[in-house]
Amino acid sequence: MSENNNPTTPSTDVDAAHEAGVVAQADRFTDPGVPEHKPRLTDTDPQAAKRAERIVAALFGISALGAIGSLVAYFAFPPGGTAETRLSTLLFGLGMAVSLLGIGIAAVHWAKSLMSAHEYVDDRHPIESSPEVREVAITALNQGVADSGIARRGLLKGALVGAMALFPLTIAVPLISSVGGDWNVDKFRHTLWQRGTRLAYDPNGRLIRAADLTIGSVAHVIPDVPAEERLTHHWITEKAKAVVLLVRMNPDDIRSEQRPGGSYDGIVAYSKICTHVGCPVALYEQQTHHLLCPCHQSTFDIADGAKVVFGPAKRPLPQLPITVDDEGYLVAEDDFDQPIGPSYWERLK
Amino acid sequence: MSTTTTDTKRPAAAAPKTAAGKAADYLDQRTSVGVAVKEFARKIFPDHWSFMLGEFALYSFVVLLISGVFLALFFQPSMALVYYEGENPASMHGELMSIAFASTLDLSFEVRGGLLMRQIHHWAALVFMASIVTHMMRVFFTGAFRKPRELNWLVGMLLMILGLLAGFSGYSLPDDVLSGNGLRITDGVVKSIPIIGSYMSYFIFGGEFPGEHIIARLFTVHILLVPALILALIGLHLFLMVLHKHTQFPGGGRTDKNVVGYPLFPVYAAKMGGNFFLTFGVLALMGATMSINNVWNYGPYDPSPVGAGAQPDWYMLFLEGSLRLMPGQTEYVIAGYTLSLNVLIPAVIIPGLLFTFLFVYPFVEAKVTGDTREHHVLDRPRNVPVRTGLGVAFLTAFIILAVAGSNDLVATHFQMSLNAITWALRILFFVGPVIAFWITKRICLGLQRKDRELVLHGHESGRIVRFANGEYIEVHTPLDDQERWLRVNYDAYKPLEIAPATDARGVKRKGYKADKRWQRLSKFFFEDRVEPVTPSELAAAHSHGEHDSLGSVHEQHDALPAGASSTEQER
Repeated sequence: MSENNNPTTPSTDVDAAHEAGVVAQADRFTDPGVPEHKPRLTDTDPQAAKRAERIVAALFGISALGAIGSLVAYFAFPPGGTAETRLSTLLFGLGMAVSLLGIGIAAVHWAKSLMSAHEYVDDRHPIESSPEVREVAITALNQGVADSGIARRGLLKGALVGAMALFPLTIAVPLISSVGGDWNVDKFRHTLWQRGTRLAYDPNGRLIRAADLTIGSVAHVIPDVPAEERLTHHWITEKAKAVVLLVRMNPDDIRSEQRPGGSYDGIVAYSKICTHVGCPVALYEQQTHHLLCPCHQSTFDIADGAKVVFGPAKRPLPQLPITVDDEGYLVAEDDFDQPIGPSYWERLK
Repeated sequence: MSTTTTDTKRPAAAAPKTAAGKAADYLDQRTSVGVAVKEFARKIFPDHWSFMLGEFALYSFVVLLISGVFLALFFQPSMALVYYEGENPASMHGELMSIAFASTLDLSFEVRGGLLMRQIHHWAALVFMASIVTHMMRVFFTGAFRKPRELNWLVGMLLMILGLLAGFSGYSLPDDVLSGNGLRITDGVVKSIPIIGSYMSYFIFGGEFPGEHIIARLFTVHILLVPALILALIGLHLFLMVLHKHTQFPGGGRTDKNVVGYPLFPVYAAKMGGNFFLTFGVLALMGATMSINNVWNYGPYDPSPVGAGAQPDWYMLFLEGSLRLMPGQTEYVIAGYTLSLNVLIPAVIIPGLLFTFLFVYPFVEAKVTGDTREHHVLDRPRNVPVRTGLGVAFLTAFIILAVAGSNDLVATHFQMSLNAITWALRILFFVGPVIAFWITKRICLGLQRKDRELVLHGHESGRIVRFANGEYIEVHTPLDDQERWLRVNYDAYKPLEIAPATDARGVKRKGYKADKRWQRLSKFFFEDRVEPVTPSELAAAHSHGEHDSLGSVHEQHDALPAGASSTEQER
């Protein structure tokens, strides 16, 4: 049976196979043709057709009522607080939905129950153009090439290509030189932290006294800058690099630190920006000292130099070395010793 | 011939009398619209529910345009900071936020109908992507991408990618905490690209993340660049669809040389027009009853807070899951330069491979079948077991990645260990698609054998007859012409046959190695196959007598050639 079905000339069309002279194709079933048309109830029963007509008309009527209803809701129920806005949205939207669905169901029901259900057959023609058309097309192209003289005049070809290749630069150069700001990617390396910067609570900016932190407490920390500076957009960009998570644990629990001496009496501060792709690492588990990134679940062990214990990050969170000043406030001893956040090509250069 | 002569030549009877006729005449004299009407008014479209999936995509795009214009009239894409002066929602009053976020609140709470439009817009985006993906599944599994539609498949792929881009750029516009963290992930992914990563990050954000430009840039991308490209490609997609005429499912009278169905006017005008209103109506219902992306619950973007259990929109889940599954050990430092394969592989290479598979599949299949004919009759998925298996394997990988994108929710809902789920999904990502492929292929071959059996022996009638000699049989009813045709009308391709390595004179043939590779791939596709029943086989089955159907001996004998070919070369 398999030889009946030569893959190089298989065809679902029996006639075509005969035309191609493939004898083996003869052992295939013949197409029974388009199935006989079965009349619908609405085709044979005038009563049913009348009923369908009334249903379609009623659906259009419901749609009109929905449109009017939505306008009533629009004017009668203005938005306001969350609850009023919800109600306004609900009623206005329901009216709109009824008006739209009414039209849609009516049109489809009309088509399915009342419009002619006779199937028609159209011929398809090969997509490729006929040989005659192709010949005319090729002649036209050759004629055009000859008329333009581009084949004979090599100088023109070179000049055209050269000019076309250069003109995009007039757009690309100003675009590329401006679009990246100052292109100074070295900014990744520095944050607002420097020796003596005080640690402050995020977001209110209150300073943090070491004595106020009990063992087990966690604080989200920003560098202390003047309050008006925190109202600028520049601050958001700086904050995106400078945020720190502060944890006070039993000093004996600290197994290792990235920067020895960077902690103060069991208080450790690590960059809050994940070394994977930069989400804020915000879920701290007190018992295990694990810090979990909610975006991709990289897990860092704060008691062990913030090393990665699970997940897609490779590097530990950079540590911010801290101490206390004369007044007992926590201050940074230095900036981070490496770029915070996700890795990039020239990170170690 | 001058116009005056044409006019004088017009037969008087052709002069229109009715208002519609006069309007048509006016228009036709200036646009020759008659030609288009003649061509398209009674154009035949085949009918099938799955052909509506692409329509849903088109209509939800129209809804996106309508609701998007409304939103664009009120949204302000500025990152300048303001104190929110609106009274609603009360939790946001007096907060410092970007104008983008403030105008989002304003158009939700102060503009009448604004929240409805926002919710319709967001739901329409989700439905748009869902329709595109299911439409692609229909096209893939039925082989509608075969010649002459390969290029339209590519256009559709581009539309899908642009849809992702449109969704991503729009999602980030309100400048809220959730989408801001999404942008930060994007920044991290971009930075992982070797050599140019940092500069690409600056290119996108106009400096360091987040900077002050990104919202305005995304706005231009979202309302101008991407929709213009989508519109142009939809135009091309539909133009090619009309040019090729729609594919049709197999059935009596349907061949590669005709199209069987109903005329555009009036049946499809009503059905398609109605379908637009149905799509819009359902989206309005969703927007009215299901709140989505309540940004005032998240607050304006601030680089410090983050929500646990946050999910991206569904079409981005696979990327998120891919990032979550990758173990972190794969970041390397080579000669002082950092290569973050732990980000590059899941966020760039895996999606790249998935999309490449979809881009090249039609061309690979054309090559391994060696078939250069036009195909307008669709395949039943069972009749191309390897294609169907590959499609299901692809979907399995996609779904596993999407589940991984929700692994934290799975963990909290089912009280399971997050680490265990992640490990299980890491393994499943490799094993799952292989198993899915194998099972699907087996099911397809099984269904094909079932088809053979039905054609040869008919349907079980449930009627038990006892013969005089005490033998019981169940009477089988033979298939009618239409059903039999449906079950036998397909080609079972065989693996490619290639010319030998050396020609008649023993000279080595160029390109033999490449041919050999294609032949191997072709074998993978077609060495297990079930041939359709031929009339002579049916006649042979009948000659055994009407009550042969109980005898499993006959059945085995009949099914043997097909069964044997697949078992002896089990892979």
